[in-house]
Amino acid sequence: MRGGLSKTLALVGAAGLLAVSACGNSNDNSGGGGSSASKDVTVFTWWADGGEKAGLDGLVSVFGTECKDYKFVNSAVAGGAGSNAKQVLANDLQAGKPPSTFQAHAGAELKDYINAGQVDDVTQLYKDYGLDKAFPQNLIDNLTVDGKIYSIPANIHRANVVWANPTVLKKANIDATKAPANVDAWIADLTKLKAAGVAAPLAVSKGFAQEMLVEAVLLGELGADKFKGLWDGKTDWSGGDVTAALNKYKTLLTFTNTDREAIDWPDALGYVNSGKAGYTLMGDWVAAQQLADKVPDTAYTYWPAPGTGQDFQFLADSFTLPTNGADPDGAKCWLKVVGSAEGQKAFNTKKGSIPARSDADPADYPKYQQSAMADWKKDTIVPSCAHGAACTLGQNNDILSALSQFSGSPDVAKLQSALGTAMKTS
Amino acid sequence: MHGRIRTWGPGALVLLPTVLLLGYFVYGLIAWSFNTSLTNRHTARKGPADYVGFENYGHLFSEDRFLNSLKNLGVLTVAFIVGTLVFGLLWALLLEKGVPGESIFRSIYLFPMAISMIASGVVWGWLLNPSTGDDARGLNRLFEILHLHFLENPWWTAGSRWTTMASIALPAVWQMSGYIMALFLAGFRGIPPELREAARVDGASEFKLYRHVLFPQLSPIALSALIILGHISLKLFDLIYAITGPNQFRTEVPAILMWNTLLRSDQAKAAAIGIVMLAVVAVLVIPYLAWTVRQETEE
Repeated sequence: MRGGLSKTLALVGAAGLLAVSACGNSNDNSGGGGSSASKDVTVFTWWADGGEKAGLDGLVSVFGTECKDYKFVNSAVAGGAGSNAKQVLANDLQAGKPPSTFQAHAGAELKDYINAGQVDDVTQLYKDYGLDKAFPQNLIDNLTVDGKIYSIPANIHRANVVWANPTVLKKANIDATKAPANVDAWIADLTKLKAAGVAAPLAVSKGFAQEMLVEAVLLGELGADKFKGLWDGKTDWSGGDVTAALNKYKTLLTFTNTDREAIDWPDALGYVNSGKAGYTLMGDWVAAQQLADKVPDTAYTYWPAPGTGQDFQFLADSFTLPTNGADPDGAKCWLKVVGSAEGQKAFNTKKGSIPARSDADPADYPKYQQSAMADWKKDTIVPSCAHGAACTLGQNNDILSALSQFSGSPDVAKLQSALGTAMKTS
Repeated sequence: MHGRIRTWGPGALVLLPTVLLLGYFVYGLIAWSFNTSLTNRHTARKGPADYVGFENYGHLFSEDRFLNSLKNLGVLTVAFIVGTLVFGLLWALLLEKGVPGESIFRSIYLFPMAISMIASGVVWGWLLNPSTGDDARGLNRLFEILHLHFLENPWWTAGSRWTTMASIALPAVWQMSGYIMALFLAGFRGIPPELREAARVDGASEFKLYRHVLFPQLSPIALSALIILGHISLKLFDLIYAITGPNQFRTEVPAILMWNTLLRSDQAKAAAIGIVMLAVVAVLVIPYLAWTVRQETEE
């Protein structure tokens, strides 16, 4: 009884401490928006720990040597995919206290800020820093809105990657070295795995991970052009091919873990690493996570999602020049570092992403990134909605809601109409 | 004239700061939100916006997602209030009967209230893991070990609205029951012992003593408890956010939907949701205020 009580108290105390530290964090962050009159450059990100923080530190060290007149002020807000940070940032922007520069996903997600008149055109900086030559043209096309560019990307990530455990696949005599030709072939492999005693061969986690899976299925089934059309209004969401693809997504969900609504992607990756699942689909930041978790190269393998072998579904973190921001010269110096070869190397070797510049030397990067850099050069580039390249925050929000509803009660017709409606809002 | 200012002047002076602050930060901002909810301010862009009347409200009440969040809130509120009142009253009754080491039990029951909702949400998010059988974790693991397999369930990931929202109410019940217990215990202690003695002398059984003498005296406390719990339930955001995250259709309540709407800078719609929430609170609070006012005038 006594032991039980003291244990309870310890637990309660620990939970209390958690609460206190959570409060402390938010206090630190709330000061971030207001930048002082000195030559501080407040950089707003959601890179608060892990490989992301290491990458940011790399950028900061380059900033320290390149921009000696300015002092870097970290204004990071922790939280998955930046959802907390975006709320804090929205408040600061609304209050007329923008940071010197802030992180935003390149592509459609920037539209929210552009429409609200909160970010400045940086097209001229591309010319000044030679970025119009250093970045591949198709990336620049993806970034351009009505002839203007509003951000400078620090990196490129790939979304459509399946991570597999070869030992598990071997049990069902599945060749782990190459991707199934299409989603149907993948479903056949999943069926084999289930027959071989793997209860939930496809590990899936909540929220955006399900969105990435449904995007990968749509991309694989519709092909790059029609897939791009889904996001810019050229492809009809109510089409029969979309129905067929969503039905395959429904089938895929039957092979997944029952706790998919309760776990995050590192847990789903953990199921693969521990042999409880054969596959998981997640962006290539998994490579950095495996490195951090000291999982040996031989213990896992990866390939583009089935049917998407020629497509590079990209997302990019980029930095902006907020309208009426404090010390724009300092912010421009930060942007110069972000776009520079040295800055991109310092950032991407640590974050597990690849540089947006096409003049980077693959030899500087680890194994996974080398293969991704080769693909980036030759593949068709398509955007991802889950990470803001293809759709706005509002659209993404509605899609996530529809997918969580689908995960609970799979009704393809309902999902299809919800997705179509989501893309009609802004 | 001069004399009258002397009587009410100092009192008014003391109240003035409170009246001004409340007037601005509560009622002024309510008015401002209401004003925003009547406009077409659907982006973060500054500048004038047009008035569209009650269009935003019309859209809200024809939107599946909002109606779903209202239904979720209704179920959550019922489960939370019933659960908390039952446990709070039960604990208060047990303590009221007298146990050795009462203060220890009191502290244990009250302790959860000291934890912030977001922290308990993180822990309960783990406890309510939906895996069952060999993979079971959290509470399901406990049931697995105790061989209480029939108790294992998917918690908030279940399909039905009742199971889902009752699972969300569970941590909230755990957190607030101690507070309700304290309220009821104070109520029991406030009843003069003479009343019990008189009832016992008159030959009332224990059951009749509670039924006819003690419980009727607790009804004002029960009503306050109902109001407090009701408005806590409407505000419940952090707990749900911590357990299920945003954009979770199954557990979305208006508070979460408002947060999501604000994230996309749809200010008019977010304000409309806020005003609807206020109206729902008013449905709870206004009868209570009317009742207290009547009680006071009767006295």
